[in-house]
Amino acid sequence: MNLWQFILENHAEVTQLTLEHIWLVGVSTLLAVAIGMPLGILLTRCPALRRPVLGSANVIQTIPSLALFGFLLPAPWIGARADRLAILALMLYALLPLIRNTYAGIQSVDPSVLEAGRGMGLTNRQLLFQVELPLALGVIIAGIRVATVLSVGLATIAAAVGAGGLGEYIFRGLAMVNNTVILAGALPAAALALLADAGFGWLEKRLRPQDARRTSYASPS
Amino acid sequence: MDSSAAIEFQHVSYHADQGEAILHDLNLAIQRGETLVLLGRSGSGKTTTLKLINHLLTPTSGEIRVAGRALAEWDVIRLRRMIGYVIQEVGLFPHFTIEKNIGLVPKIENWPQDRIRRRVEELLHLVGLDPQIATRFPRELSGGQRQRVGVARALAADPPILLMDEPFGALDPLTRAQLQREFLALEARLGKTVVFVTHDLNEALLVGTRIALLEAGRLVTLTTREEFLRSREPLAIAYRNAFSPDFSGKRDGV
Repeated sequence: MNLWQFILENHAEVTQLTLEHIWLVGVSTLLAVAIGMPLGILLTRCPALRRPVLGSANVIQTIPSLALFGFLLPAPWIGARADRLAILALMLYALLPLIRNTYAGIQSVDPSVLEAGRGMGLTNRQLLFQVELPLALGVIIAGIRVATVLSVGLATIAAAVGAGGLGEYIFRGLAMVNNTVILAGALPAAALALLADAGFGWLEKRLRPQDARRTSYASPS
Repeated sequence: MDSSAAIEFQHVSYHADQGEAILHDLNLAIQRGETLVLLGRSGSGKTTTLKLINHLLTPTSGEIRVAGRALAEWDVIRLRRMIGYVIQEVGLFPHFTIEKNIGLVPKIENWPQDRIRRRVEELLHLVGLDPQIATRFPRELSGGQRQRVGVARALAADPPILLMDEPFGALDPLTRAQLQREFLALEARLGKTVVFVTHDLNEALLVGTRIALLEAGRLVTLTTREEFLRSREPLAIAYRNAFSPDFSGKRDGV
């Protein structure tokens, strides 16, 4: 049976698993944004936290994904449901690019722009929301892009703990030694990753101010 | 104590984080409506002095009074909004149009929309720019245009005090000369209290009512323009020699 036939015959299940996959990635990435962005902002305000926070996020990234899923299994509320567990693990992986890019994006804002803003009497909050975040947005979106693409791939592992998603086909195919079934999971997952990459890439380009860093060298109009 | 002083430094010292002294026991009274130039070389403490006025830096000791009130009595945000601030790098917000750049403080101060628009137009006229550029972004302007916008932005909420940190230092000599002349005309019209930082004696003599000569964090002399030209102070003589007409062809290469 070729792949196309398999997908047609099982289109309901393929759709179901794809939606599960998107759910896992979407929720975990949103959570990572909700936690990672404020943390990244915090790092720009308290330089002392930079090493420990970025260090921890780095360490999490080095844990093999299968092992992380395994570690979280005995956790009380988390381990009770596979999708909670998968979302938590994916969120932890997505944290690093979000914290790092939020921090880097804000740090890259031209210091003279901040000095002018502070000098003209903007409060810290106004400076953050009107100047720093808008100027860092392109870099932050780039972080979300990396995190999402990473999660789409990692989420296939979530099937190992029974969280569903397109990994189901991959693990099933591996067990059955059936390449068609493996591909039925792998190809849509790859397509999702490419789609997310292209979508966020487009957004990033639109939102990145062309000269967020330096305004001094543009040629006269 | 001088009651007509707009800004007053009383025994002000400032030390960097490492404890290294940048300003030593500065005493200075800046009169209402004058343009006081802080002249000195890099590291003399002139920019530090400026940033102490709008509280971007906090003095290690001594007292600074603005409009008769000590800095501690001021709400820092209110203080900064009544002090226009112009820096060499301009620091326009690259993601805002020219109109939004100039109108930001009025907007934060909740001016009605049409009043902000009228004010922006008026200011663009005042600094010699075509109001058409209001919808452009900073990257679309030349360096001279950007600094004009920087001045307009500093004047937006009509602050009585203007701090200018080498505002024309990054411009080419012709644009600089033009902006200096326009600044003089503007200042004659608006009568703001201006504190102007420069390392260029010609600029200091052109724009300043009085010149405060700083060296290594100390005030060396505080003189009028004319007094400066006659001063026997060795550093003032050194400045005059460095900028003497014989070498004027080289001065812009600094």
